[in-house]
Amino acid sequence: MTTRDDALPATEVGRVDDGAAPRRSSRPKLRDGTDDPRVLKSLEATWTDDRKLIAWLCTNDHKTIGRRIIVTALGFFAAAGVMGGLMRHQLATPNSTLVGPDFYNQLFSMHGTTMMFLFAVPVMQGFALYLVPLMVGTRNTAFPRMSACAYWLYLFGGLLLFGAFATNTGADAGWFSYVPLSGPQYGIGKRPDFWNMLVTYSEATGLMLAVDIATTILKMRAPGMSLRRMPLFAWASLVTSIMIIFAMPMVMLGANLVQFDRMVGTHFFNPAEGGDPLLWQHIFWFFGHPEVYFIFVPALGFISAIIPTFARRPMFGYDAVVLSLIATGFLSFGLWVHHMFATNVPELGKSFFTAMSFMIAIPTALQIFCWIATLWTGRIVIRTPLLFVLGFFFILMIGGLTGIMLGSVPLDLQVHDTFFVVAHLHYVLIGGAVFPMFAAIYYWFPKITGRMLSERLGRWHFWLFFIGMNTTFFPMHILGLHGMTRRVYTYGPETGWSMLNMTATIGQVINDLSMFLFVLNIGWNFFRGERAGDNPWSAPTLEWSVSSPPPPYNFAALPVVSALYPLWAPKRPPTHVRGLSAQIREGLATTVLDAKPDVRYAYPSPTIWPFLAAVGVSIWLVWSIWSVPGFAWGLIAPTIAFIGWYWPSKREALEELEWEKEP
Amino acid sequence: MSEALHDVQAPMGPQASALFDLWTIMLIVCALVFVLVMTALILALWRARRGGRGGSLATLPDMARHPRRDSAVRRAVGWATAVSTVMLVGLLFASFLTDRAIARLPLDDAVQIELVAHQFWWEARYDVHDPKLAFFTANELHVPVGRPVLVTLRADDVIHSFWVPSLHGKKDLIPGRVSTFAFRADKSGVYRGQCAEFCGYQHAHMTLFVFADDPADYERWSAAQRDPAVEPTNPVERRGRDLVVGTTCGLCHAIGGTNAQGRRAPDLTHIASRTTIGAGTVANSESSLADWVADPQRLKPGVNMPPHDYNAEDLAAIGAYLASLK
Repeated sequence: MTTRDDALPATEVGRVDDGAAPRRSSRPKLRDGTDDPRVLKSLEATWTDDRKLIAWLCTNDHKTIGRRIIVTALGFFAAAGVMGGLMRHQLATPNSTLVGPDFYNQLFSMHGTTMMFLFAVPVMQGFALYLVPLMVGTRNTAFPRMSACAYWLYLFGGLLLFGAFATNTGADAGWFSYVPLSGPQYGIGKRPDFWNMLVTYSEATGLMLAVDIATTILKMRAPGMSLRRMPLFAWASLVTSIMIIFAMPMVMLGANLVQFDRMVGTHFFNPAEGGDPLLWQHIFWFFGHPEVYFIFVPALGFISAIIPTFARRPMFGYDAVVLSLIATGFLSFGLWVHHMFATNVPELGKSFFTAMSFMIAIPTALQIFCWIATLWTGRIVIRTPLLFVLGFFFILMIGGLTGIMLGSVPLDLQVHDTFFVVAHLHYVLIGGAVFPMFAAIYYWFPKITGRMLSERLGRWHFWLFFIGMNTTFFPMHILGLHGMTRRVYTYGPETGWSMLNMTATIGQVINDLSMFLFVLNIGWNFFRGERAGDNPWSAPTLEWSVSSPPPPYNFAALPVVSALYPLWAPKRPPTHVRGLSAQIREGLATTVLDAKPDVRYAYPSPTIWPFLAAVGVSIWLVWSIWSVPGFAWGLIAPTIAFIGWYWPSKREALEELEWEKEP
Repeated sequence: MSEALHDVQAPMGPQASALFDLWTIMLIVCALVFVLVMTALILALWRARRGGRGGSLATLPDMARHPRRDSAVRRAVGWATAVSTVMLVGLLFASFLTDRAIARLPLDDAVQIELVAHQFWWEARYDVHDPKLAFFTANELHVPVGRPVLVTLRADDVIHSFWVPSLHGKKDLIPGRVSTFAFRADKSGVYRGQCAEFCGYQHAHMTLFVFADDPADYERWSAAQRDPAVEPTNPVERRGRDLVVGTTCGLCHAIGGTNAQGRRAPDLTHIASRTTIGAGTVANSESSLADWVADPQRLKPGVNMPPHDYNAEDLAAIGAYLASLK
């Protein structure tokens, strides 16, 4: 045991080495966990990426990739928002000719697809990728090259979908892409093929990131961070990742079956040959309903991270919240048929899904009560992140309660596929994901960039968005009850829907204004914002213990955790780990339950191969849109890339071996 | 059809009424829950900030203070969760009972209709079990008030959904699957319905009107529908008939009593008795019929009917003939 300046001892990983013993290597070995400036310099050199373009493509730093995912996802959010705005303007007046039916069908299909596949799920995974290693106290994620590859796949998939849209080949069968409308007979041209490929891309991305995040959480927590000392956001990310691992392969399978029907004439969904269109709905919603919770559960994690900070007390009911998250994850797999109540699946089965749909409200209700209890017993400081959380309560409650109505078989028959559902889903997703996401951006922006956002602009953004959102979507509940069905490009004046549609469009303009303020806030303060310091909110979790923005190696010495809220609890020895290499990218894996030190290992270095693999996979997938042989020949490119990726490096192996043979 | 009702909150049949009752219960319970939770939230905010108790980011929270003070709050959270659970079970039973009530419509003496959905129109086949009584129509159903209607639902191409909000909830029409659906209209009137499942290009213009007639009116209407098409009475109409029957129209459309026997498009035997054309796209009149025949793509882009290059005189004759098919 050696000591630091604060006179608290560290836990020792390697055997003590004072650096004096002679060895074969020419340079002296530096170990972290001491205050030697040479060590910090060496860590910096080991973990920093070059500034060259090639290094920009090679990086596997979780912070860089996480930031890229968040920024790219916000770009797609803006694009899908513009599409939503166009639809609202089209519907503002009856018999409007602003856009035609063909373009409108592409607009709403692209809007839904982009929001679900390219914005909501990736942005949550981007936040998890950025925050989880910092929160659990490690230097990178478990499989950083895989995350690097995932980002490129995500970007290429999104660009492919938008490239197709720009060339009038945008998806036009809805984000759910029901067969037979997307099948070989009724799906026009290559439109559904691009949609199917986008699904394959984004699900591959989602799976890769989920595996990376789940492994990081389970195996790489700082010593002492047992499962019961894990931040709630890490719990939410773990539950989400495991849900993704179970649900996403389903829709990849489904999209590929449709692609087989379209490309080689199989009959999975063709009733004339014994197939069944309902099969697709089962496959899609078995994924599609959990997907709503991939978006919602991380948002619950944001809220459980933000409320304690601004209520100045630990989260009330930590165990209950963790169990609720896990219960939500399980139950979300038993709801999918409530999207299919109007089909002729057996009635008794539908009742079961009503019961399940009602049951999932209980864990969410419990969490809401726990948050209110935390606020009730806390000493509240109101800042923009907390404002967005309070907005979440109002909006999500409405969305959740209309969700209960939709879960009831008979009532669903009236409101299913109407604007009531449009209202419900926007209340749930804007309340349950977008408001928490903005809360998270206001909360973690200082950590990510080192600068504060403006409180004043933040409050304007919040109030305008809150008012605009309700003005846009509340009238849609009533429109649905008045018989307005979804996905119609226009309606006649005799329907009596004009007034409410006009109101909704006015709300949309207010939303646009609020988003403008948000962009202004981010853009200005990214360059000019007040310096944040390490911990501007005096928050309790580990990411706030490092500088803002965090150094490339995250922690100069891996922390040792002895409390759920380490920065609020009195320090107890040992405080940190020492003895990991400062000259190669070395990390410490810990045990799954108790986070006891398990093994030391070396992180993979940055390399171009993940980028090339993503390019190779893209060549394969895009080629197979046009040609069946392309499906086979296209495989050559990713095969080469993956061989290159896994080709062992002799230099690296020797370097790591040298560190192993100690002393 | 501006007088056509289409409102969940204006039920005109026993099933829509049961659904409306369930809606009312749900709305009251959910509104109550919403108000209670929001009140708790506002009280929490007020309580935690009153009398200068608002916190500060400058000081670390006192970690020792909380566990002791939590027990009363813990009980409150426990009760709130228990009450929520009981409320959900109550709503679940309300839902089950409603489900049972709407499934128990007596079907004696039901009018039998086979409804086939196409991109983008509705084909109705009445009384197909008896060739003497059977007749075909499109986009407008007539049903007798007070008598149950048993509809067999089929889809010809993609998935559609049948929904007349004032009478009942929806039912999907899925290719390869036959489903049945029963409803009853208890008040006479016109009820608007629309395809509810996205079915492609012209999903927006796939309206279905249900006319709930007094029983005598219904008998008169159905008897008239069984008759073959009327013969043209003047030279213009005769010219129109010759054009319709003698050119390509009959490949897709049927006109009873003529050689036009296509079944790919709406039956025209009594097209003049219907209020709209193109499944609710435009009002039915001699001129709109002629316009439609000339260029249906202008009125309803994406419809499965090609434009026709007739001269103005021919178009007028076709319009006159079709408008005579009462």
